[in-house]
Amino acid sequence: MSNNSKFNALRRGILIAALALSAGFIYSCTEIGAEGNTLPILGEREAVAREVNGKTVVDTVYHQIPDFAFVDQDSQQVTQQTVDGKIYVADFFFTSCPSICPKMKSQMLRVYEEFKDDPDVLLLSHSIDPQHDTVAVLKDYAERLGVESEKWHFLTGEKDSIYGIAMQYLVGVEEDGNAAGGGFTHGGHFVLLDGQRRIRGVYDGTKEASVDQLMQDIPLLLNEKQHAQK
Amino acid sequence: MRRNKWLSVALGLLSLSTLTQCFTDNQNEGQRLYAANCQSCHMEDGSGLRSLIPPLAGADYLQQHRQQLPCLTRHGVEGPMVVNGIEYNRAMPGAEQLGADEITNLLNYIQTSFGNSNPRYTIQEVEKLLEACPPHYD
Repeated sequence: MSNNSKFNALRRGILIAALALSAGFIYSCTEIGAEGNTLPILGEREAVAREVNGKTVVDTVYHQIPDFAFVDQDSQQVTQQTVDGKIYVADFFFTSCPSICPKMKSQMLRVYEEFKDDPDVLLLSHSIDPQHDTVAVLKDYAERLGVESEKWHFLTGEKDSIYGIAMQYLVGVEEDGNAAGGGFTHGGHFVLLDGQRRIRGVYDGTKEASVDQLMQDIPLLLNEKQHAQK
Repeated sequence: MRRNKWLSVALGLLSLSTLTQCFTDNQNEGQRLYAANCQSCHMEDGSGLRSLIPPLAGADYLQQHRQQLPCLTRHGVEGPMVVNGIEYNRAMPGAEQLGADEITNLLNYIQTSFGNSNPRYTIQEVEKLLEACPPHYD
């Protein structure tokens, strides 16, 4: 009996150690990526075979955010063309959210202030409560934050499109009547995208240190972009 | 002699219990309640968020609406509100679950932190102010 429970405890210990170790590995991988002056490309990738001059070539296709069409606080259409060739940070929120959203927005404001004058960096905040967050509500919200529409788009649109694209950004959002946060639950992530809408970083938008990392990573992507143009 | 012994034991127990009281978390309860209920909107330093969420740091509202603050904390508030000359208009959720003692600690923390040095509340005072707005039970 006692041997058995000891064994169980040991097994649990090993499991926890393994989990901690693998978490450490993932962490160190992203760290190395950052130190090597490039950021990893995140998400599922697949090998696609195609024919070039009669020969079969295998390409690795990286996860990419599909085409989209939303409306911002100025009733302007924001699509994949708006962010084409630009670096952008995406997040999900709703204006009446009493839990993590104000914290996220105060952190996003830091990113805004830092890259305000760089036309190659955009911010896209998607409302997950389109019923309440109309264009007028988003307009008021943006004005009270005191931010420029050209730089920071607050987006609304078809609910299914918003929830669908959140999955593409690897951010979990759902309606939840029991949530303390006002009927919705959503991840507080800031997702960093490159000029080809590939995910290059995921950060905790409620933690200052994580957002510091994002602000260090954006110049790396800008750098990469400049090299690609040359 | 015997009586003295009992007395010293009693005194010892008394001082021991006073001592352990000092080491409970109650002293920082206001801060903990703030972190759990208010901080995500009003921020760690009570600065609020631009014109969306009013500040607590240096807020004239805390002095001018001292009597309303316990009810406002318990049931939240809606509609326009002017703080330091700026109009805010965003609903604040209430904290129905907080007891009078907790609201006292929470408000005292706010009234004496972030550079504020407003008078503290007593539990009796908060209890009396809360009589105007009994808790809602579903």
